[in-house]
Amino acid sequence: MIPILGLVAGVLLGLLLDPTVPLGLQPYLPIAVVAALDAVFGGLRARLDGIFDAKVFVISFVSNVVVAALIVFLGDQLGVGAQLSTAVVVVLGIRIFGNAAAIRRHVFRA
Amino acid sequence: MTTDPAPADPAREDPATGDPAREDPATKDPATKDPATEDPATEDPATEDPAPAGEGTPPTRRRDLPAALLIGVLTLLLGFAFTVQVRNADDEQALAGAREEDLVRIVDEVSSRGVRLREQIADQRSALRQLTSSDSETASALEEAGTRAAALAVLNGTAPAEGPGLRLTLRDPDDVLRVTDLIDVIQELRGAGAETMQFDGVRVGLTTAVTGAPGALLIDGRPVTAPYEVLVLGSPQDLETALNIPGGVVQSVGGRGGSVTVEQVPDLLVDALRPLPEAQYAAPDDD
Repeated sequence: MIPILGLVAGVLLGLLLDPTVPLGLQPYLPIAVVAALDAVFGGLRARLDGIFDAKVFVISFVSNVVVAALIVFLGDQLGVGAQLSTAVVVVLGIRIFGNAAAIRRHVFRA
Repeated sequence: MTTDPAPADPAREDPATGDPAREDPATKDPATKDPATEDPATEDPATEDPAPAGEGTPPTRRRDLPAALLIGVLTLLLGFAFTVQVRNADDEQALAGAREEDLVRIVDEVSSRGVRLREQIADQRSALRQLTSSDSETASALEEAGTRAAALAVLNGTAPAEGPGLRLTLRDPDDVLRVTDLIDVIQELRGAGAETMQFDGVRVGLTTAVTGAPGALLIDGRPVTAPYEVLVLGSPQDLETALNIPGGVVQSVGGRGGSVTVEQVPDLLVDALRPLPEAQYAAPDDD
């Protein structure tokens, strides 16, 4: 319940405030969002598996975001930022797909 | 890399899903052994404080308050960042946040497109120039052709003509003038530089023929009667001189019993027309 409330509140806040992303953050924000989405899907799956742990969720959420941003940052420093961010998005997308498949099996039994 | 996540087993996906699934082998067991309940029973062993375990939902909520708050904050941040990013990606000013290499690539693309477009412009310009010049060539050719057509029409007798010339009046009271006399007149005038003429209302052209018998002469099949009036365009002095030379038209017609009156006219109108003959057998040679 709380995560859904938080999501809705965050979306509403974003719509209301409509802030502009600082220039330095612009390459990292989409990656961070995808990484956080991955963590949320993982948490949802863990909850459906009955093994949800708030600490694990929080840590995985934060570390996902930080590691993803760090990888992109490193890539930018190395001059392969675009490729690395693509790689991160691909990896996270595959994980989201896997988690979504597990969630689907739980919800639909199929 | 797993390309198709759908058929994968949960067991196989565990390493891929990362922390939440992997870190808690201990919590997994009670969950699988006790499928009836969900969160409270499974979450308790994982949390650091095992004291209020098994007390039901409200104590768990209370105990998990910091974690729940953290989760709420994190999801709120996620929703916020998601919305902001979606809004941001919608903006056209995405260039402002683009990487240097992306910007370089974009500039490259734009400039190469500019080069292509400039080449296109040059091509179109040269095509336009060619078309314009060929157009003006066509126009001048058309003008020249028009001039030639007008000159030919005057010569051929299909268009009226005006200019200085002579008016001849051939009197033949005794009907003695023959075909050859009239042809002599025409030939003499042509030889003196007559450009076009009409003979008693009949235009004289390239194929004009004089036929008939004295007193009932025909020009191009149309009967002409004396006195014959000849309008001829050309240099009046030259024409008159040619007519008056010894042994010329005036003398020969006078010798046969007729008479010729010559009158110079500075502005003469030759307005008898003859139809343009259609060439039935002769075709133009294009070479």
